[in-house]
Amino acid sequence: MIEVTDVHKTFFVPHKVKALVGVSTQIAAGEVVVVIGPSGSGKSTFLRCLNHLEAADSGHILIDGIDILDRKTNINKVRAEVGMVFQSFNLFPHKTVLENITLAQKVVRKRSTAAALEKADYLLKKVGIHDKANAYPDNLSGGQQQRVAIARALAMDPKVMLFDEPTSALDPEMIGEVLDVMKTLAQEGMTMVVVTHEMGFAREVADRVIFMDEGAIVEVGTPEHFFKNPTHDRTKLFLSQIL
Amino acid sequence: MDFLAKIEELRYRSAYFLWVGVFFIGVFAVIGTLYYATAKIDYSWHWFDVPKYFVNQERIDIKADMEGVVEAINGKGKNAVVIVKSDDGSKSYPMAQAEEIWVYKGDFIAPGKVLGVYHKWQPGILLQGMWLTLKVSMYAIVFGILIGMLGGIARISKNPALKWSAITYVEIVRGSPLLVQIFIWYFVLATLVNQLLLRYGFSEIDALYYGVAALATFTGAYVTEIVRAGIQSIHRGQTEAARSLGMTGPQAMFYIILPQAMRRILPPLAGQFISLIKDSSLLGMIAIRELTKATREAITISLSPYEFWFTCAILYLVLTFTLSMVVQYMERKMAIQ
Repeated sequence: MIEVTDVHKTFFVPHKVKALVGVSTQIAAGEVVVVIGPSGSGKSTFLRCLNHLEAADSGHILIDGIDILDRKTNINKVRAEVGMVFQSFNLFPHKTVLENITLAQKVVRKRSTAAALEKADYLLKKVGIHDKANAYPDNLSGGQQQRVAIARALAMDPKVMLFDEPTSALDPEMIGEVLDVMKTLAQEGMTMVVVTHEMGFAREVADRVIFMDEGAIVEVGTPEHFFKNPTHDRTKLFLSQIL
Repeated sequence: MDFLAKIEELRYRSAYFLWVGVFFIGVFAVIGTLYYATAKIDYSWHWFDVPKYFVNQERIDIKADMEGVVEAINGKGKNAVVIVKSDDGSKSYPMAQAEEIWVYKGDFIAPGKVLGVYHKWQPGILLQGMWLTLKVSMYAIVFGILIGMLGGIARISKNPALKWSAITYVEIVRGSPLLVQIFIWYFVLATLVNQLLLRYGFSEIDALYYGVAALATFTGAYVTEIVRAGIQSIHRGQTEAARSLGMTGPQAMFYIILPQAMRRILPPLAGQFISLIKDSSLLGMIAIRELTKATREAITISLSPYEFWFTCAILYLVLTFTLSMVVQYMERKMAIQ
């Protein structure tokens, strides 16, 4: 589903930082991959490169066989297939919950209003905030907003979902409701790449855990291997710091 | 304790009314001083002259266009008809609008003889000027918004041709006086364009439109900066969320960024347009008879400068205040969402 080969990315603003140094990995359809690592390790950059919110400098990123670093690729078509959930939700504050979910369906997928509403209806029930359909995002709690954001991404019927620290901006009591939605999604066989600090989620849901540090993938393995017998010193150090 | 609190409150309230009183005393003192000063130099106020420059009645004559004799006046009031008979035949003049009929049966009529008169209300020079100011400002606001929207988007574009064009435009326009720009539009560009138009057999464009163009380009530069600031004030995450859903750049701009930016743009935009209404007074310099020029003309006729300049200022205040009320209303409507 996703093939990443030797991707490099360097930021020059505000100062020169090598964010990704030769990252390669493959993610199969239906797989749930959790990316962890200390802050500044390049895990968010890696995720954002997958739907070209950041343009990688070199290498190849194939989404469903399409090279998104090829200049001839229509990136908007690829992005419609790749849902993304942000740390800060990024709901559209001038639109209601329902409009947030239906807008891109109509504009990008060219669905009729009725079809878009039906889809939104179904998804709002699924994420458990059906009663807030006509509320504006500012009137929702963080957990509710993030669930709307998930529904908004799912409305496009994506083949892959990317989660960029979806629970980091939430109050502790709301983390659970978001993680529950994500777990359901994983059980349904959605391909997911999740950057998170929620080790419990990684242990429980992930098929594979990727540990990144200083822009490179240090260690990859099943959660069992990863949390019980990490091989690299840096992984051990990181785990000892957070667990 | 309760008693003390009451006294305290009373003291606070009486102090409040005291200062309200001070305010009004100040206002009346200024007006009084001004009046006293004008009395000292024997200025005689003629406020009653002012209304007729807003609306006045014009006498309209119903005239005969032939020679003859009044044969008959048939009917009364609205149905009155004056029939004039000449050697070539007779002709009837309907007097439906006439308030008075000035001829009698048997009168000799020469061409141009007034048969009847009526009065018609017509807008005076001030009202005409105010209307022109309003019209010019509205045109300039509409085009200013268009220019500003495009300019603002060009200003944040990555394409150097667009971006640098926008920067050059803004810097040039903001860096020179509006009066000079109006002169350039009227004495340079208008002359050029009109001569070319004449040479190729078209008719000239009226000075008014060059005035509108000058105001619109001037405002457009400021609106460009306002729009740019408005767009940039919207968090990057909004664009990213829109783009991550597969929207194109223009779609994200149109559906997500601009509607949000619009709300933040509105207050500074209102300020800009209030300035524009006031700046339109400079158009009098290129023979456009807007409010200020109309006032000058009214003063020339009436010889009452004091009354008319105050009236002029108040009329501008009416326009600008109405505009700011409208914008406040729009702001409130948008905020409800």
